Amino acid sequence: MTFLRDTATIFSREFAPVWRDPLSLVFTMAQPLLFLYLFGPLLEQGTQTPGPAWQWFVPGILIMMCLSGPLMAGYFLLLDLIGGSMERLLVTPVSRTALLVGRTLKEFVVLLAQAVLIIGLAVPLGLDLHVPGVLTGLTLLVVFGIGLGGLSFVLAIVSAPGGELFYGVTQVVMFPLLLLSGVLLPVENGPGWLQTAAALNPVTYVVEAERALFAGRFLDAPVVGGAAAAVVTALLGLHLARRRMARGL
Amino acid sequence: MIHARGLTKTYTLKKTSVDAVRGVDLDVEAGQLVAFLGPNGAGKSTCLRMLTGLLPPTSGTARVAGHDVTTEAAAVRARIGYIGQKGGAGEAFRIGDELVTQGRCYGLTRRDARSRAEELLTVVGLDGLFARKPSTLSGGQRRRLDIALGLMNRPPLLFLDEPSTGLDPASRADIWAHILRLRADHGTTLFLTTHYLEEADTMAERVVVIDQGRIIADGTARALKADLAGDRLTVTLHDPADAPRAAELAAGLPGAAEIAADGPRLTLRVAAADRALPEFLRALDAAGLKAEAAESTRPTLDDVFLALTGRTIEDEDA
Ligand SMILES: Nc1ncnc2c1ncn2[C@@H]1O[C@H](COP(=O)(O)OP(=O)(O)OP(=O)(O)O)[C@@H](O)[C@H]1O
Ligand SMILES: [Mg+2]
Repeated sequence: MTFLRDTATIFSREFAPVWRDPLSLVFTMAQPLLFLYLFGPLLEQGTQTPGPAWQWFVPGILIMMCLSGPLMAGYFLLLDLIGGSMERLLVTPVSRTALLVGRTLKEFVVLLAQAVLIIGLAVPLGLDLHVPGVLTGLTLLVVFGIGLGGLSFVLAIVSAPGGELFYGVTQVVMFPLLLLSGVLLPVENGPGWLQTAAALNPVTYVVEAERALFAGRFLDAPVVGGAAAAVVTALLGLHLARRRMARGL
Repeated sequence: MIHARGLTKTYTLKKTSVDAVRGVDLDVEAGQLVAFLGPNGAGKSTCLRMLTGLLPPTSGTARVAGHDVTTEAAAVRARIGYIGQKGGAGEAFRIGDELVTQGRCYGLTRRDARSRAEELLTVVGLDGLFARKPSTLSGGQRRRLDIALGLMNRPPLLFLDEPSTGLDPASRADIWAHILRLRADHGTTLFLTTHYLEEADTMAERVVVIDQGRIIADGTARALKADLAGDRLTVTLHDPADAPRAAELAAGLPGAAEIAADGPRLTLRVAAADRALPEFLRALDAAGLKAEAAESTRPTLDDVFLALTGRTIEDEDA
């Protein structure tokens, strides 16, 4: 009971700035929006993508958001750790777990809102809407996002008070993870080593699963692989975050 | 209120380790105002962070507000307030919202938290600024906001880590007025760190001096100064040749020590200058020695620190 109340408290703390300034939501989406409008049409012209271009590309954009959103969650936590506000909250009786879950939940709501917006904007461009598939896809996205959020919290905590480690790792890890998942262009056309690297990247599986789901295929092998990758990431992220939290900050 | 035994903290940073606190014993009774004084890096913040349960001690135990900080952390948290060295309000949030969040974290309903927030903003003189962001406040206003955050739960015991550092004299006086009022109105036990010596001297009824992770002195400012530093007398003689004879007479004064002559100027330490000075002058007179000028200075806490360590806090901080 107190846990739920504490989670609600932290969620509303984190969400208030978004709520008071909803436009900020659109600004943080600038990158995916640019990709949607300036990169998407290029794919539509070419024939590199298997199947219809938008069906293939929109899930990729969602994954991009799913990688950067939780990263921001870690960044905001780092700011609170460097300043004194995390310390201030830790001296109150508020649940330690709620401090992280409340934050994750906010990222989650933001991610969902942005995903719905992107999908809404992509439909007029030519995205076929398979509603059950899309809903399942969003669920998968959120599960994956929670795991990434947990990992980024751990990274933020380990990096405090300096923060260099956080900036370093996120710079070095983000782009390879994205490029090697076939978000922008199909990896199948790349050289063998690149395909091997992609096969080792958990993001690849989630992207493939999203694509299958957005095409309305539920019982595809990629869906199973993607779901497994998302669930494993979520469990790992939550486990590490909880364990790190228990050790004190 | 606070009972600590053998507290130590060793930080490990990439293979090197820092012994920040090396065995602190401390007892603070309810209602006291204790100033924790020491130079930069002495271990003040580290002690506070251990006493508030933020940092697990490397060894030792502490009972705070009746509960053990490591095994009963939740009970301790419900009974204390903490104002950290760094500002407590998050930059992205409106200050009123931060206060409400703080109240909610202590279990207040949203409504109670809201009215308590308004009340506290008035108490610390920030009324009408509910919707502002911390970045738009002045340094003194920010510190008052921190105090408001720390008071949200009406704690019987409040820890303050350098509440007045970096503020101009007017803001410092203002912060102190709040601190003293808190004590007068609610009997709050206050444990605060500072490196402003005169603050510790005039405000606190008890001064605990820490240096290099160890408590090196503990008592009222008056007792510390009398016991450890003593008052200083400087007497200028008419004839420098009288100095050795005057020094002999000075040695007979109560608590006389560190007698030194520099030409006609004789300096020495005594227990109580107000009594010793007239007595010394009478003795000089009786011996036929002529004094031209006499002056006494009361010690500062810095003299206490100097007597204890051979260094001064002000040098350390410079
Ligand atoms: N997180 C940390 N990791 C490693 N060493 C630390 C850490 N925090 C403090 N120290 C070291 O421990 C010692 C005591 O630090 P502490 O912050 O307790 O000092 P302080 O008395 O509060 O000083 P100040 O007056 O500057 O605030 C210092 O030598 C400091 O460098
Ligand atoms: Mg400090």
